[in-house]
Amino acid sequence: MTAVQLERPTTSRRGDAVFKALATAAAVLILVALAGVAVFLTLEGMPALQAEPGALGGKDNIVLYVWPLVFGTLLAAFLAILMAAPLSIGLALVISHYAPRRLAKPIGYLIDLLAAVPSVVYGLWGIEFLGPRLGTSYGWLEDNLGFLPFFEGPASGSGRTILTASVVLAVMALPIITAICREIFSQTPTLHQEAALALGATRWEMIRMTVFPYGRSGMISAVMLGLGRALGETMAVAMVLSATGVVTFNLISSVNPSTIAANIALGFPEASGIKVNVLIFSGLVLFLITFVVNFLGRLIAARGQIKEGR
Amino acid sequence: MTSTQDRVAAAPASIPLTRPQLPSWAPLLVAVVAVAAAALPGLLLGWGLAPMVLIAVVIFVVALPTWSSAVEGSRKAQDRLAAALVWAGFGLAMIPLGTLMWQVISNGVPVLSAEFFTYSMRNVVGEGGGIYHAIIGTVIVTACAALISVPIGVMAGVYLIEYGAGSRIARVVTFLVDVMTGIPSIVAGLFAYALFVLFFGPGVRMGIGGAVALSVLMIPIVVRSTEEMLKLVPDELREASYALGVPKWRTITKVVLPTAMAGIVTGVTLAVARVAGETAPLLIIAGDTDSVNFNAFAERMATLPVYIYYSYMQPGIPPEFGQERAWGAALVLIAIVMALNILARFISRYFAPKTGR
Repeated sequence: MTAVQLERPTTSRRGDAVFKALATAAAVLILVALAGVAVFLTLEGMPALQAEPGALGGKDNIVLYVWPLVFGTLLAAFLAILMAAPLSIGLALVISHYAPRRLAKPIGYLIDLLAAVPSVVYGLWGIEFLGPRLGTSYGWLEDNLGFLPFFEGPASGSGRTILTASVVLAVMALPIITAICREIFSQTPTLHQEAALALGATRWEMIRMTVFPYGRSGMISAVMLGLGRALGETMAVAMVLSATGVVTFNLISSVNPSTIAANIALGFPEASGIKVNVLIFSGLVLFLITFVVNFLGRLIAARGQIKEGR
Repeated sequence: MTSTQDRVAAAPASIPLTRPQLPSWAPLLVAVVAVAAAALPGLLLGWGLAPMVLIAVVIFVVALPTWSSAVEGSRKAQDRLAAALVWAGFGLAMIPLGTLMWQVISNGVPVLSAEFFTYSMRNVVGEGGGIYHAIIGTVIVTACAALISVPIGVMAGVYLIEYGAGSRIARVVTFLVDVMTGIPSIVAGLFAYALFVLFFGPGVRMGIGGAVALSVLMIPIVVRSTEEMLKLVPDELREASYALGVPKWRTITKVVLPTAMAGIVTGVTLAVARVAGETAPLLIIAGDTDSVNFNAFAERMATLPVYIYYSYMQPGIPPEFGQERAWGAALVLIAIVMALNILARFISRYFAPKTGR
């Protein structure tokens, strides 16, 4: 009786320790990788602070070089979200509340298809299809709304303007925002919705009284994440936009501000020496902007979850 | 007495119990009228299709709520307005998808041929040539990216659910993984370049660098899907395994992971589909070439998205051949990405564990 071994065999304990160490290492590696992105970009970007005007496209220092790009990035992303956010919330409502149940799933797949299209193909579509078609309507905008600074003109015939680029960005941000919103909307407690309907609310009143208040933080974070995507999107903008690197609010002329990402994509393959550092520095700026936007978006989402928990 | 009875009898006539309602065919009627009202001047004055559709939608969105507010009151009218707007938005969102697919297919299909799939662009000027080298490059780079990110992503997911659940590190990692999903792809490319420059000197271009950049984008997706799937594994399974004396790591490898396998494979497939279409990081670190390169550790490596970009933007002279090839390659790339997506759905549907609930 005394010979019963109470201890576990040591091999399995060693296996446990090794496996746990591996798993922990993988998790920590992710943190290291994220920190590495910031560190390596800083290392390679810092020499740009001493760059001469020759490497900065004639600008005196790096701040003057990056500022128009930041402006273009923010302008294009802001316009894109202005278009995409209401549309995606509507789309999410179609899937979660308006479409008959049998149709809702295929519609969801269709939206996911939009997310699956590679960005370079969106670029092709923007140049070949969207640009020329929007180009004709830009002439109309210039004639009729030319008193607004946004539509001052002269209208670009090819349509390769910042407005076209933001339409493409909006299409690309659409599926992301829709996916998150639809998830949130379908989680609205059924009892709340039925209570509203039982009180005689119409469907729209029910949505306004139950679905929107419940999903507010989710919707905000979805829009933030879509904004993050629009800020960092590269190829579509690089292909569609004919950029000259100016700061202007004129949305339909052929003189447009460039975006950080597009500028890197266009300049990097041929860049050498200090110009590479300049581009990496602008990439660091882009990284910081998107990091802050995504950080805020996730923070708002996390806040919302805590509220639900109570 | 008689007066009360009179009042009761008169009540239904003076206060109706139901509100007046538009007939169920009202939206259809308004739609037909709107289309007719837009098409008539449109055809007479020779407008295009787009303005006619736009005007028809505007007429519908204005007319139906107006009629409804006259008959049914403002609340119903608002409801109808919201529904009309939401569906119009859906139609608007389908335009890009429809036109894009149509354009890629109609421009791409004529280009496809046996030569297109089996030739590289080496020594090709003008007509001819193909995407063989780009397909090889995409397969190598994506496979390397998957080799890097799947072990790291799955193990990190295991840590977050099985070991670190609730701990501070786990919460920080979960949050940062979420933030990491938002890293712009071009920044991932710059990171890979900045990393490889330290070892190989300025101007470095190689396939494995592209794989590193893509794994920065891929790891968060793999971690998230692993996490979600491990959460779905019932605790009873783990407890049953522990009760039989199985150590924790054997429980994870033999019970938990196999149960969640279908979901994890789905997540990995979706992640591969996402990065296979990435252009920007590969443009920066993998570069482009006209020849076949099987070695990920040396020299430039062409990939499909980069091939599309250069074929279209720098098509050579005369430009039409390069642009044709770009459309053909775009069709192939979309087909690959869609196939991966469908494969993922197939896996998740047919290999999901039967919970019996």
